[in-house]
Amino acid sequence: MADKQLLLGDEAVALGALHAGLSGVYAYPGTPSTEITEYIQGHPLTKERHIHDQWTANEKTAMEGALGMSYAGKRALVCMKHVGMNVCADPLMGSAMTGANGGLVVAACDDPSMHSSQNEQDSRFWGTFGMMPVFEPASQQEAYEMTRAAYDYSEENTIPVIMRLTTRMAHSRAVVTPTEHIRPQNELHYPAHPRRWVTLPVNARVRNRELIQDYEQFEEDAAASRFNWLTDGPDRSLGIIACGIAYNYLMENYPDGCPYPILKVSQYPFPRRMALKLAEMVPAILVLEEGQPLVETMLRGVFPTGTKIYGRIDRTVTRDGELSPDEVRKALGLPALPSLAPSQVLAPRPPALCMGCGHRDFYTALNNVLKNDYPTARVFSDIGCYTLGYMAPFQAIHTCVEMGASFTMAQGAAYSGTWPAVGVLGDSTFTHSGMTGLLDAVNGNADVVLCISDNLTTAMTGGQDSAGTGRIEAICAGLGVDPAHIRTIVPLPKNYPDMEQVIREEIEYHGVSVIVCRRECIQTARRHAKK
Amino acid sequence: MKQDIILAGVGGQGILSIATVIGSAALEQGLHLKQAEVHGMSQRGGDVQSNLRLSSEAIHSDLIPRGAADLVVSLEPMEALRYIPYLAPDGWIITNTVPFINIPDYPEMDKIMGELDKLPHVIAIDVDAIAKEVGSPRSANMVLLGATAAVLDILDPEKLREGIRRIFGRKGESIVEANIKAFDAGLASAKK
Repeated sequence: MADKQLLLGDEAVALGALHAGLSGVYAYPGTPSTEITEYIQGHPLTKERHIHDQWTANEKTAMEGALGMSYAGKRALVCMKHVGMNVCADPLMGSAMTGANGGLVVAACDDPSMHSSQNEQDSRFWGTFGMMPVFEPASQQEAYEMTRAAYDYSEENTIPVIMRLTTRMAHSRAVVTPTEHIRPQNELHYPAHPRRWVTLPVNARVRNRELIQDYEQFEEDAAASRFNWLTDGPDRSLGIIACGIAYNYLMENYPDGCPYPILKVSQYPFPRRMALKLAEMVPAILVLEEGQPLVETMLRGVFPTGTKIYGRIDRTVTRDGELSPDEVRKALGLPALPSLAPSQVLAPRPPALCMGCGHRDFYTALNNVLKNDYPTARVFSDIGCYTLGYMAPFQAIHTCVEMGASFTMAQGAAYSGTWPAVGVLGDSTFTHSGMTGLLDAVNGNADVVLCISDNLTTAMTGGQDSAGTGRIEAICAGLGVDPAHIRTIVPLPKNYPDMEQVIREEIEYHGVSVIVCRRECIQTARRHAKK
Repeated sequence: MKQDIILAGVGGQGILSIATVIGSAALEQGLHLKQAEVHGMSQRGGDVQSNLRLSSEAIHSDLIPRGAADLVVSLEPMEALRYIPYLAPDGWIITNTVPFINIPDYPEMDKIMGELDKLPHVIAIDVDAIAKEVGSPRSANMVLLGATAAVLDILDPEKLREGIRRIFGRKGESIVEANIKAFDAGLASAKK
């Protein structure tokens, strides 16, 4: 047996991929997925085996790079947070049509309760939508084993596999015992079904029918999977379907064993055959799943026996938010453990921009200009640390939707009569999804002031490399912004008068202005100073 | 035997270094362990916690139920109060008494201490002062870990010292010794 290791769920996925013969990881940072790629970047096997490990510009380029690697016969991993799946939806759906050649695993880390996210979307739906299998480990050991299994499954069935984690699995550590055998990497080899890889209608129609058939087989495989199981119990008044880590919360409440029959599910498509077997044993079923009610929706109204279904839809389980042992306890009808009431002497402590952060100085200068002289101004912001400019004392932004929306929404509002229309995003968000929007602005000669608050890193996720560092102004000029209206300022209190002057001038210019506001992230600067 | 611990503090204070040492010691002692951490946006100056569960038996949930935490260990006094609903009736609070004030409406200190005084088992110490006293001003975390060791029955304090040596070893012998000294001072102050 190999040495036991204390690993985050994210790290267990990473180690599973490395041991499965990985040739490349493709990812854009995003909580709670970032540590998968960081673990691979720091692992000795990565250097030894020349594993590709460079951060990509966004999730779409990540998915496409990985698909190219799979085409060439090698094993690739794509990692992202749940909303990254929206960004890469096009190549993701396409990859189900091409199928995989070298094993292809897409790790999607969901964030129910929105600890660091803008929504609660459940990545299991992509499996149903694109007809791809989804693996959802219930423990860190399973995360390791299932990742290894996912690569074999992907190659045997020529299909990408989605590995779904949620925050508590991604960011919780436990002891993992890796398998001794480290599989060699694949040699370069091309697909056995070359026609699938050119998705012209003439090929896609054929492939679509194959995929529909394959998907039925995937469900049969899920029913036979060692990661799914049905156990009987002495009390057949209720049956429980527990998906992924919901299984842990269930078992937590029954230290001496659960009295009810349980169907534990970690591999999808959801094995309906197993649910029917459970329904024959019990008159009612409680569905426990982390995220949206995917399984519950599927089951309602389909049992010939009239089995009752309890879950999130009927509010037996709270409709939103992540599960917890307490939430599951309540759903099971067990009394709460005795506990103290929350203290009344307690103030909320929301996250805030760090003291000394450049975004602070940028927002201060921007506010000084807009609040006094341009009360009709609207500020369209984006996803990053600088979204915290919404909080007091700044209250500097009006919108934050998704990566890149600042620059494009500012244009839409400007065309509708908003003035001044200001866009604010960070350097990493700019190269992720802001550049194309800037090109639109140039082509439409929009009356906008687009600000790039450049801290030379991807800060919110912990300081990963940013794709455009050192080339921001060159990129803007290359996209066609008039160099006279690409202005660079350094956000420091002593520079407020100069910064305000630049902001004022660019507001008064009725065309596309870019203001690059550049100072290194205080967190990465501290780290660099220590080195 | 099992012990469930909630580690609390403000993002950037470094609760994870305490968790890392406990984790290393638990692994060495052959215990089962689960440790849920907070990463991402909420780390930026907001309240952060880590659920750390140690047991001689297999552990199911990564999260600790309400009313089940044996220890709440906090680098900040108000943050200790935040997790009172999770504390078991006979559980312990081990907290730093120095407030971290980065919000405008931080409560008055005597109100916070008054709330803590209502609880039966509290170890409240000024970890920064103790760390300075023993000449290890940057090891306040290890003072708190030392104080925790006084009631962390599932782990042998010597295993925790070994954990400190493993975790800080690559930073050099003087850093290791500073941390061990801080740990011992914390342990001694909790036993007073």
